[in-house]
Amino acid sequence: MALKHATPMLDELEKGPWPSFVTDIKRMAARKPMCEDLLGLLEMSYEHKEGHWKHGGIVGVFGYGGGVIGRYCDRPDLFPNVAHFHTMRVNQPASKFYSTEALRKLCDIWEEHGSGLTNMHGSTGDCILLGTTTDQLEPIFYRLTHELGMDLGGSGSNMRTPEGCVGRARCEWSCLDTQDIIYDITIKYQDELHRPMFPYKFKFKASGCPNDCVAAIARADCSIIGTWRDKIRIDQEAVRAYVGGELVPNGGSHGFEKRKLDIQKEVIDLCPTRCMEWDGKNLKIWDEDCTRCMHCINVMPRALRPGTDVGATILCGAKAPILEGAQLSSVIIPFMKMEPPYEEFHEFVEKMWDWWMENGKNRERLGELIQRLGLREFLKAVEVQPDPRMINTPRFNPYIFYDPADVPGGWERDAKAYRERHHA
Amino acid sequence: MPFDPSDIMKDRITDIGPPKYDKFFPPIIKENYGKWKYHEILEPGVLVHVSETGAEVYTVRVGAARLLSVDLIREICDIADKHCGGYVRWTTRNNIEFMVDDKSKLKPLMDDLRSRGNWFPIGGTGASVTNVVHTQGWVHCHTPAIDASGIVKAVMDELFEYFGSHKLPAQVRISLACCLNMCGAVHCSDIAILGVHRKPPIIEHERVQNVCEIPLVIAACPTAAIKPKKVGDYKSVEINENRCMFCGNCYTMCPALPLADGEGDGIALWVGGKVSNSRVPPKFSKLAVPYIPNEPPRWPTTVQTIKKMLETYASDAKRYERIGEWIERIGWEKFFEKTGIEFRHEHIDDYRLAMTTWRTTTQFKF
Repeated sequence: MALKHATPMLDELEKGPWPSFVTDIKRMAARKPMCEDLLGLLEMSYEHKEGHWKHGGIVGVFGYGGGVIGRYCDRPDLFPNVAHFHTMRVNQPASKFYSTEALRKLCDIWEEHGSGLTNMHGSTGDCILLGTTTDQLEPIFYRLTHELGMDLGGSGSNMRTPEGCVGRARCEWSCLDTQDIIYDITIKYQDELHRPMFPYKFKFKASGCPNDCVAAIARADCSIIGTWRDKIRIDQEAVRAYVGGELVPNGGSHGFEKRKLDIQKEVIDLCPTRCMEWDGKNLKIWDEDCTRCMHCINVMPRALRPGTDVGATILCGAKAPILEGAQLSSVIIPFMKMEPPYEEFHEFVEKMWDWWMENGKNRERLGELIQRLGLREFLKAVEVQPDPRMINTPRFNPYIFYDPADVPGGWERDAKAYRERHHA
Repeated sequence: MPFDPSDIMKDRITDIGPPKYDKFFPPIIKENYGKWKYHEILEPGVLVHVSETGAEVYTVRVGAARLLSVDLIREICDIADKHCGGYVRWTTRNNIEFMVDDKSKLKPLMDDLRSRGNWFPIGGTGASVTNVVHTQGWVHCHTPAIDASGIVKAVMDELFEYFGSHKLPAQVRISLACCLNMCGAVHCSDIAILGVHRKPPIIEHERVQNVCEIPLVIAACPTAAIKPKKVGDYKSVEINENRCMFCGNCYTMCPALPLADGEGDGIALWVGGKVSNSRVPPKFSKLAVPYIPNEPPRWPTTVQTIKKMLETYASDAKRYERIGEWIERIGWEKFFEKTGIEFRHEHIDDYRLAMTTWRTTTQFKF
């Protein structure tokens, strides 16, 4: 069936070995006028080298302030079927495991009420349903909650949908139960997720180890990263097997040929703290000098494993550039046990949010507020003592903001007494 | 009860959150939760995880466009029903993972995936270019400077051999964000593709007061370039164009200040970021190419520049070195020399904290 709009430029994206989103949209377009007009609009954007969507209007489901992004095209005269093309964010199941039964149901609901196009998944982690009209929002929400037991995710100045790595479901390195932590945060703070009450967005992400597969340190206002305080577990026999060429280094990440691992060059010399030594038979690790970077464990996964006294490093403040420039999260709590019911963590979160809501300006992320008021103010608010693990280096400027309470006599001065000692 | 449009509060369910995390685990995952001992990659895209119980789960990772139709998702379900007991998962980087609980089920699964045209390329593990995380672009966003899905498709077509192989010095994470909002948080990627504007906003004086909160627009500008101004009878704003660094934040607050411009907009490329703590701490990506024009439909200059950077790195870096570690070892002067990328004044930071990026040592290479 010929489609309504010619798309000579988009057709070029049907070529090549990588899966083509254009081919995929085209097969939906055969039975969905919305997809047909989306292709036409996109072709026009390719011609103009400019997008054709307007700012979102306020649309949503009753009682929620997030989860739906209003979207309208700026040429409804040409593409009436995408005049309204709203997005719904569906809170993904943890680590994005699905049963096909649930997925098929979701597809059926979405084909009936929307464009049939999705993002699997959005950047934050939600399953994105791409393109529907305002009158369909309530029926979709009803069917999601009733037929699938699923709910919407966050948008706007809400807690955004939390996300974690695959964790203990299929990774031997996870020092945290990331699935349980993410589920706990998501359920405990449903109100914050659905109803905007913050100065701006707030993201939680949990990675099970310092490899940080969900990029928590780069993009979460509160990054929860698994770590351990005791010793790396060593299987000396397996170390010898890597050195002897019986096991493939790095789990095959750098090639599958069996080769003798040059443990000095590939492991010990690349260790950031040089805390290991190989005597030809045994690997010795001075764990007190280890900063748990994961390199040696990554290279010899059958020989080395994280320790067993596990918990999380809590870091805060990461964000993308808008407004004050990109930030990585900074260490706030070097180690927290992170065991259910996570009360210590909840207390921390609530103190953090209280301070941010009290002091944050409109559209000011937590990391920007910490920059503006200083890390000291944040630490006071969350009742955490300063720790050298929070910094790379002590300050090298002498401009210290002292608190009058820390100086004997405070800041009340006696000018007359001063001038008795020092004549003007 | 079906949905009743005349009474939306009837039987309403809210605030239930997602299904509990283990509801959709395949049995092998549920039984071995927290018991995994080690993993190995058997060939590009194929992993085995071995449990302390001796159980094994085999995973086949395939690339996909992030934008998927329900038809394609149903095909994914068909495959998962046939081979994987009706379960499937996605990774953080938009790959699809099919898992089987026995090695004998692996080959039939892979044969099936390969028999379905080019929809399910196997790869994305180890020292590869794995799938690209990206934003919406012209498909669905209101502030983009570039498309997203089309550029990703063009880049992955060209780098396809690196998706299904482990021949790079380390993994290479490519990300794309279609404007400076970076809703994909691409600022810590080995290679980041970023949509940039280069012309200050148009001011639609007759619309500003009707569609914008002027004080919020003024407060939104990071360089305080926007001031209130009366233009005829209209309450509007004026913009000190010399202070505009094209962040687009004013447009986010005010639809009457559009920045998008077919001639002005385009792509900046960034290199050397990472998020893992492995060996060296996480790093931001740094500017490699300030501007490449939008070249739809296949963006050849962008694609070839990325390929040149990737292949220079591949031939020059040591095993395990990420792009950022390689550049820090050889020095930025050598990066520009080896890649042939022109070093321009845009590369020298002149925003806040710029001085921390200037070289304050006599150590450099000729």
